[in-house]
Amino acid sequence: MSVGIVGYGANLPRHRIKVEEIAKVWGADAPSYKKGLELREKSVPAPDQDVITLSVEAARNALLRAKGVNPQDLGAIYIGSESHPYAVKPSGTVVGEAIGAFPSCHVADFEFACKAGSEAMFVVYGLVKAGLVKYGLAIGADTSQGAPGDALEYSAAAGAAAYIIGSQDLVATIDDTYSFTTDTPDFWRREYQHYPQHAGRFTGEPAYFRTVLGASEALLKKSGMKPKDFQYAVFHQPNGKFPMRAGKMLGFSREQIETGWLVPTLGNTYSGASPLGLTAILDVAKPGDKIFMCSYGSGAGSDAFIYTVTDRIREVQGLAAKTRDMLDKNVIYLQYGEYAKFRRKILKAE
Amino acid sequence: MPTARTWREYPQRYRYEAAVCKKCNKWHFPPRPVCDACKGEEFETKAMRRTGKILSHTVIRVPPAPFKDQAPYAMAVIEMDDGPRITTQVVDCGDGSLKIGQKVKLEFRRIYDDSEAGSINYGYKAVPA
Repeated sequence: MSVGIVGYGANLPRHRIKVEEIAKVWGADAPSYKKGLELREKSVPAPDQDVITLSVEAARNALLRAKGVNPQDLGAIYIGSESHPYAVKPSGTVVGEAIGAFPSCHVADFEFACKAGSEAMFVVYGLVKAGLVKYGLAIGADTSQGAPGDALEYSAAAGAAAYIIGSQDLVATIDDTYSFTTDTPDFWRREYQHYPQHAGRFTGEPAYFRTVLGASEALLKKSGMKPKDFQYAVFHQPNGKFPMRAGKMLGFSREQIETGWLVPTLGNTYSGASPLGLTAILDVAKPGDKIFMCSYGSGAGSDAFIYTVTDRIREVQGLAAKTRDMLDKNVIYLQYGEYAKFRRKILKAE
Repeated sequence: MPTARTWREYPQRYRYEAAVCKKCNKWHFPPRPVCDACKGEEFETKAMRRTGKILSHTVIRVPPAPFKDQAPYAMAVIEMDDGPRITTQVVDCGDGSLKIGQKVKLEFRRIYDDSEAGSINYGYKAVPA
């Protein structure tokens, strides 16, 4: 039995802030940040947007593309994020109610830094394959936090990607998967802390690169495939440089990575990052295309997947808003003061 | 607004469920027990399409307490493509230069928080289509 993606959808906020606008507030050198991060601007959630609202809109787009799937047939809803609006009350309870999936449904929120979205995809894939659910909904979404003035503030962005996974009417099969996990303390957020902390350059070689390369090399070996066998590849994209460098180290070309490389104008959408890149690839993919995906979550772990696009992709690509259109069209630029208000960075009197 | 009242309105706030008169096919949102067109009392529940156009709009500068951090904000009467008219906030509209007849669609948004530690109330707002 083939298991794979039946419908997919994305949602991005319309607001953006440029690197220059943040840098001028902190006296930082914008050109060096832009060059160092390979990032020009990032998305900013409006005050009335959060992981739940972005997830609902992404799920609605996924349902539009999974035409024929009744939300009542979704046996599981898993949302991966590190910015769930409630500490106790799953985001999936609101999302499932909004899309009409309840009450016969298993719901859980997942957390694993930036790989919580692919984690949800892995678990739903397993449940469908085991025959426990007919369809499941996996979402990666974040309205990520970066402390004012910290390097993360230039990249911490917002967005959501949703996948309906099943075994009928597939737009892409999931051919193989592999997960790689270690205890690597490169980034964390303690209980009651508003902003995460990170270990600076330690987040690179011993964390991101060791883990992404570890998962990717193992999956390529397990599947017997080589980078040249794929039309597209998407890696977790905390900045513009890391995914391009990891891809090059593995033997993927810039052309294979660019379609799903959203970070230069989107920023790092954390749990949404590689799942959102995959939506941009599916928006333009052709039947028979092979796609390689590898997420990364600090702490640390990676989930790698291999997909094959089916003939049905052409029927569904135009049924909902495309990711690049959401990224490039109708954007509203913010000044730092507006951004600080939107992100509740201003301390007010009670 | 009490949590229980918000909860009772989920079908409309979350899923735009209207009552469609089985006799004359008029859409009512929110649902009502008697059709104001034909006095019919039997209805079918259907979700409205999320698209419509602005019939009238204004800007709220002196808001009720739960919305004080959002002011100034746009409010509009929207005629939905399925017929019902709703009053709602319009967001993501840049400088707020809305126009009568402008196409909009409903998105799922936070409406307001009961307090910093209270429950979060979600529902629909319009955005430019």
